[in-house]
Amino acid sequence: MIEELIISGRNNPEIDPHLHIWGWEIPLYLFIGGLVAGILFFSALYTILGKENKYITAVKWLPISTPILIGIGLLALLFDLSHVLYSWQLFTNIRWESPMSWGAWTLLIMTPLSAIWAVSWFPDIFPKLDFKYDWLKIGLKRVISIRIYLAWSLIVLSVVLGIYTGILLSAFNARPFWNTAIMGPLFLTSGLSAGAATTIIFSKNHAEKLNFAKIDLGLIIIELFFIIHLFMGHLAGTQVHIEAAKLFLGGPYTTSFWIFVVVLGLAIPAFLEALELRKYKIPSFISAVLVILGGLILRFIVVDAGQASRWLY
Amino acid sequence: MTKNFSRREFIKISGTGLGGLALANPIFNKALGAVLVPDKLPGLYTKRIPTICEICFWKCAGWTHLNEDGEIWKLTGNSDDPHSNGRLCPRGTGGVGMYYDNDRLKTPLIRTGERGKQVFREATWNDAFNYIAEKMQKIAAEHGPECVALFTHGSGGKYFTRLMKAFGSPNVAAPSFAQCRGPREVGFFATYGEGIESPGRLDIRDTRCLVLIGSHLGENMHNGQVQEMSDAIDNGASIITVDPRYSTVASKSKFWLPIKPATDMALLLSWIHVLINEKLYDRDYVEKYAFGFDELKAHVANFTPEWAYGITTIKPHIIRATAREMANASPSVIVHPGRHVTWYGDDTQRTRAIAILNALLGAWGRRGGFYYPEKVSIPDVPQPTYPKPNRSWRDAFPGKYKLANLALASGICDATIPTAQRDCSFKGWLVNGTNLISTIPNQKNTLEAIQNLDLLVVVDTMPMEITSYADVILPECTYLERYDTIRNSPHRERTIALRAPAAKPKWNTKPAWWMAKELSKKLNLESYFPYDTHEEELDWQLKQIGSSLEEMGKIGVKNIGREYDDLFPMEDLADFEFNTNTGKIELYSTSLEDEGYDPLPKFTKHEEPPEGYYRLIYGRAPMHTFSRTANNPNLTDLMDENFVWVNPKVAKEWDLRNKQEVWLENQDGIISSNSIKVRITERIRHDSVYMVHGFGHTQKQLSRANKRGASDSELISKVLIDPEMGGTGMRGNFVTFLTEEPIKGAE
Amino acid sequence: MRYAMAIDTKKCVGCSDCVVACQIENNVPIGYCRDWIVEVITGTYPNLSMELRSERCNHCSNAPCVRCCPTTASHITGGGIVLVDEKNCIGCKACIASCPYDARFIHPEGHIDKCTFCNHRVEKGEDPACAAVCPTKCIYFGDIDDPNSRISRLIKTRKWKTLIPEAGTEPNIYYLI
Repeated sequence: MIEELIISGRNNPEIDPHLHIWGWEIPLYLFIGGLVAGILFFSALYTILGKENKYITAVKWLPISTPILIGIGLLALLFDLSHVLYSWQLFTNIRWESPMSWGAWTLLIMTPLSAIWAVSWFPDIFPKLDFKYDWLKIGLKRVISIRIYLAWSLIVLSVVLGIYTGILLSAFNARPFWNTAIMGPLFLTSGLSAGAATTIIFSKNHAEKLNFAKIDLGLIIIELFFIIHLFMGHLAGTQVHIEAAKLFLGGPYTTSFWIFVVVLGLAIPAFLEALELRKYKIPSFISAVLVILGGLILRFIVVDAGQASRWLY
Repeated sequence: MTKNFSRREFIKISGTGLGGLALANPIFNKALGAVLVPDKLPGLYTKRIPTICEICFWKCAGWTHLNEDGEIWKLTGNSDDPHSNGRLCPRGTGGVGMYYDNDRLKTPLIRTGERGKQVFREATWNDAFNYIAEKMQKIAAEHGPECVALFTHGSGGKYFTRLMKAFGSPNVAAPSFAQCRGPREVGFFATYGEGIESPGRLDIRDTRCLVLIGSHLGENMHNGQVQEMSDAIDNGASIITVDPRYSTVASKSKFWLPIKPATDMALLLSWIHVLINEKLYDRDYVEKYAFGFDELKAHVANFTPEWAYGITTIKPHIIRATAREMANASPSVIVHPGRHVTWYGDDTQRTRAIAILNALLGAWGRRGGFYYPEKVSIPDVPQPTYPKPNRSWRDAFPGKYKLANLALASGICDATIPTAQRDCSFKGWLVNGTNLISTIPNQKNTLEAIQNLDLLVVVDTMPMEITSYADVILPECTYLERYDTIRNSPHRERTIALRAPAAKPKWNTKPAWWMAKELSKKLNLESYFPYDTHEEELDWQLKQIGSSLEEMGKIGVKNIGREYDDLFPMEDLADFEFNTNTGKIELYSTSLEDEGYDPLPKFTKHEEPPEGYYRLIYGRAPMHTFSRTANNPNLTDLMDENFVWVNPKVAKEWDLRNKQEVWLENQDGIISSNSIKVRITERIRHDSVYMVHGFGHTQKQLSRANKRGASDSELISKVLIDPEMGGTGMRGNFVTFLTEEPIKGAE
Repeated sequence: MRYAMAIDTKKCVGCSDCVVACQIENNVPIGYCRDWIVEVITGTYPNLSMELRSERCNHCSNAPCVRCCPTTASHITGGGIVLVDEKNCIGCKACIASCPYDARFIHPEGHIDKCTFCNHRVEKGEDPACAAVCPTKCIYFGDIDDPNSRISRLIKTRKWKTLIPEAGTEPNIYYLI
């Protein structure tokens, strides 16, 4: 028998008995990051493919929400900081080795870009809107003329944002559950899937809904593939990785993960969307809402479980 | 600097000389107070004031450091102090917690309700002293002043002792005798003519083999001993630990003997047998200094390792191997006499066996074994002679405990309950710095005694359980806020140390010296306290030995060296006359024989736990000192409750989980007031359970200690009395588990 | 100049003096600790062995906590001591998540806190509080770049181990076993 214990009464708040430094703020921020990445990716993609008038919701309407969403995400981040009065220092330092630093700067660049992108579509969707100032009208014309370049940079940036939310976690090798290369792609896929799902909810165009249902189905299958390989990778890893995987295979996160994320958030929406594509009459927003909720719960569980996985004791 | 007369003569001489000093009457001005403004030392320290730690009884000298605001910041050891060598133990380091503890007693209290119900009114010091003096004088008039007794385990005890003796009572007891180390003092005194005393004359740092019988150094955090043990480990010394539990030091031992509890005597006797029969003992030493070898040899003839194996479960080849290990290291070997040795009622005899072993190994009086300490004699203030008392506590126990040379705390407690055999009993207790409820076993007996008192005065810093029965509670300030007697403990060299206050007493607390003096005024005994301030008295005493309060305030510890060059008198087998009847080391004790006790230790089989019960073994944790520190904020941050250690096999039988709360019931049906969490560990035998002593408080006022863990003292109701000196053996109690909360009032 | 610590587990008795001395020296609030004692018992009664370790931040040479800090709050001094600059710390807690030893914690004032090797004492040539107070003198502190220092000699002559070396952090606390 091996008995290992701390005998000096250590009980650091939020560190013991196991890490709980990040609550709801970080998962929410990560989810919003993924969602924004998804929305902007598809918006930019279909602009490049010339289909901006076919998929109006995806390309022109949804980007309006992105600056607001990013703002909410940043607020959540600020709520999480324990030394908030000094938080401005995030933007007086660039640290190449710190994913936190990357994230801060990426968001800083994304906010104005997404706002400009969204506003550039206002003449299309609000034809009666009068831009009062001349400089606004001129600026707008300029932006619209370089729209294709904006679209390409948005593609790149949104992929970076989507993957970053996963890499942020995987860079912490001290938390074995997160320490896998699949985190980045998994979160990117989840974010794109959430973006597609949002489009399905708000679109009034049946063709658009169908298209995005197809895309979402594909993304869900890829996501399921990533999840399976996440666990295969952990189980084939070192002891601490096996322990981390066991949290989900008989441990405290088993039910919540497999039922709420995999079944309700991935498998059932995929099934419903497949039925839709087979021309069955299914209200499409059901699967879309399930996908979004599943994505949100995925991030909550991953952030929590990662803190429960450890190297010691 | 050697002198020609022997040590024994010196002891006789020093006892007589000091009564006749003329009364000195110096005039001190208030500027004396200015002397103790601490020096601002260069470098790391802001300000520091010398102090002596009061958390345990090792009495380490150290410094109280103040921060920039002049408040007490931290405590460190005094590097000139041989007790601490500049490093305090965790309790000493955490001593600041005692000062900052807001649960401290703040003002004198006088009982208004029924005893034990804790209904008190706040009183002025004057009120309190009037009450006490009145009651004391009433007892003296009706029964005699001898019927007031003092229990003391705090540094201020010397002043209350002076007051008691002046009042006419010789009955001053420290629990450290009959509840703790009394048997070893008596056992070694009978063998060598000298006791072990405190801190203890063991030359651990130079030993090559340290044999521990139950001593758990490292959990028992007596500073100097643990430090020297570490030095010994560095020097390659081997340790042999005999303990039913895998203690910390057992994990550092070359040999750990997982002995069956209560069978140590068999092991010791068979070791003696092996040393004698394999001719491993120090022949020259024994021939030169020992008396009674032939009787000893005949006595242990049958105590073979095979015989001991059947009793102790220690294999014979291990017994021989450890005996050889000890003999190999001789004379630099120590069979440790232990500290708290009141276990099974034959403790004097067991420590006699240990003393005999040390003699056979030639360790007494030689390097790496036992040294001859020296101490400075500090004259007491000039005062009238004490009145001659008519009787003492001994008269309550005619023909018993004849070898006890100090008063028995438990004896005074017993003699407070009126019986038909006695014509009087104790009527008043003054308790200073000892939580008698946890200290004296058989709580029921103690509580019955208390109910028979006319007066119970408790002097303490914290509202411990004993205060709940007091008639008058006198709040003492902590050691960081007061002066106390000058430390003159015996050690390799003579040192004196000063305790000086680093802060004013908080709230309405006062030091013991002041209390004793004020009370003396009410009792018309002020002539025994001739000085107006404590500083004056201390300065006078220091000046008698070549120092001064000013000097000690700067250096904290003064090393005066040795007077005689006889640290190890037996090293070269020089002539020596021991303070015994025969003038030799008495392997066969004539003094024990004279009083009708066994002159050679015998093996006694002790009771074993009944089915479903486990022997209750208790011990220490290095971050606590009994119940004294159970409320200290810094130390409770390390450990705030005790656990009951249960062997995994036993846990499986009882279906216990780790950290499960259980209640313990002992063989007499006494159930612990608090629950205690289980620790399932391989470190304890299947027939015993272990817990750290000092927890399980029931005082609501102790915000950090109340209801944390369980009290082992509660469960020690069977007391095994040592016939030679009255020690209260506490390890004969057995407990079983209750997994559900017992219904209150069922006991 | 690289400061490191060697702790002799053969002498450590787990008394926790290092914990309380550190707390008082560095004004660590009660309820928090920068160092702690781990007890490991292996075997079955009576064939047992026990190891006692005083643990704290390992001041790693390849410190992930310094790498992941988005400001410059978590940094390494010239002597290899990893420190947190309170004024630069925003409290994002990435460093806490990145430490495999769980050595950092959130100070009630909001910034991140951990063992500093008592930098304020080391600058004056003193040992850290834990090493200075340890009654068994089992904590050694010194410069491992100096081949003649006590700690360098101990590491050369004694068997030692570090904690989770496979985590790749290159810790600088050597446990003499």
